[in-house]
Amino acid sequence: MSTIGESFAAALALILGMDPALREIVGLSLQVSLTAVFLAALIGLPLGALLALSSFPGRGAVIVLSNTLMGLPPVVVGLLVYLMLSRAGPFGVLSLLYTPTAMIIAQVVLVTPIIVAYSRQVVEDLWTEYGEQLRSLGAGRLSATPTLLWEGRFPLTTGILAGFGRASAEVGAVMIVGGNIEHVTRVMTTAIALEVSRGDLPLALGLGIVLLILSLGVNAATALLAMATRQERRLMRRRVA
Amino acid sequence: MRNFSILPLELCGVSFSAGGKKLIHDIDLMIEDGPATILLGPNGAGKSLLLRLCHGLLQPTTGQVIWRDLGRHMPKLHAMVFQRPVMLRRSAAANIDYALKLNGICRQSRKKLVAEALELAGLSDQAQTPARVLSGGQQQRLAIARAWACRPQVLFLDEPTASLDPQATKAVETLIGQVQESGTKIIMTTHDLGQARRLAGEVLFLHSGRLIEHRPAEPFFSGPATSEARAFLAGDLLW
Ligand SMILES: Nc1ncnc2c1ncn2[C@@H]1O[C@H](COP(=O)(O)OP(=O)(O)O)[C@@H](O)[C@H]1O
Ligand SMILES: [Mg+2]
Repeated sequence: MSTIGESFAAALALILGMDPALREIVGLSLQVSLTAVFLAALIGLPLGALLALSSFPGRGAVIVLSNTLMGLPPVVVGLLVYLMLSRAGPFGVLSLLYTPTAMIIAQVVLVTPIIVAYSRQVVEDLWTEYGEQLRSLGAGRLSATPTLLWEGRFPLTTGILAGFGRASAEVGAVMIVGGNIEHVTRVMTTAIALEVSRGDLPLALGLGIVLLILSLGVNAATALLAMATRQERRLMRRRVA
Repeated sequence: MRNFSILPLELCGVSFSAGGKKLIHDIDLMIEDGPATILLGPNGAGKSLLLRLCHGLLQPTTGQVIWRDLGRHMPKLHAMVFQRPVMLRRSAAANIDYALKLNGICRQSRKKLVAEALELAGLSDQAQTPARVLSGGQQQRLAIARAWACRPQVLFLDEPTASLDPQATKAVETLIGQVQESGTKIIMTTHDLGQARRLAGEVLFLHSGRLIEHRPAEPFFSGPATSEARAFLAGDLLW
């Protein structure tokens, strides 16, 4: 059993030496989470805009469902997706359980509600600001949707980053539907859980550091976006004054 | 070029209520083509509401807004510039292009129309500048250019120079004059009586949601018929 200092040094060596095992795990993690976030944005942005701009039967139910999913712990989402994909489940024939695809599906379920919530709020606010102007220029609520999503690109990116944060940090869902199979479904968080229990601290620490850097990057980007937004507001205030 | 006109604009018994309050009272009105129509009246008189009703952003609670020959023409034949126009987060040129695109104008024609509108507003050099970075006066001119780009027959303007300095105000007034020369009927509100005198062909005087005078500018300013309008004009002398 090495000391913490030695483990730390070994972990840094793994990262700086681009250790193949570490690289493979990081690569799969990014692949799964980025794909999931991309798909979640594809579903969540228009769905959020739709919820913001139109009323249709079942709108309230969709909002409740989405907010509920947002609050669920990842293990529960993992369990639900597991039930869907397991041999006895409705999508059992697809044999997706314990594949990266299953992990992507679980993370899409985790991330979409976050993006829906951001998108709904952002588009609602923007419609208050832009609605009359856009209607005057000849846009209806439907044709205004892409415009509003584009106008809200900064705050929406914040939402997408938050979604990526949740996806890359969670362990419960990918563990249940992925199974943490070496070379197949082992991602950073599940690998850390396993390696710690097996006593391989350097790999666990190395992956932890990578996650830390990733999280730092996401938060730095969020801060930059907030700064850009504030900057624009300041410019506009100066204009009015 | 035009073989039809959407004017005159007729309001028949138009009322508007919101929040249990009647804000516009039974307005009967006919606005003909010609020099600018200026809406005057104290704050809260209902000027902005009346413009919105005419432009179709609000539906009258009772009564009707009737254009002579509106049909379902593309592009829209009347446009509006709001007191605080909303600029899209894109370049000045793209803001105008967006309006043209919404009105179904093809890419090739758009390019030319965008350039013409920028030229008219004196913003050719700012074509690629993000619209929200422009000065207040420039944004207001851009808003007018954007509204004018589709060559509306009628342009509504709600206090187009509120919160602008004298120089920017002058530039906006010049632009409004040019729009008028292009054949677009101007219907606008202002709280600037000097501006009203400079631009008005006729005056609509609103008070507490009621239209109480509708007269050519000259007689209105030299001898308002109602005590409310007299008080309003006299109030201006105190500033
Ligand atoms: N959507 C609304 N709901 C309730 N009251 C409104 C609404 N819009 C305007 N009002 C009220 O109607 C009156 C006229 O407003 P407005 O047309 O903006 O006046 P102005 O002549 O200053 O432009 C004001 O008292 C305003 O508070
Ligand atoms: Mg007003």
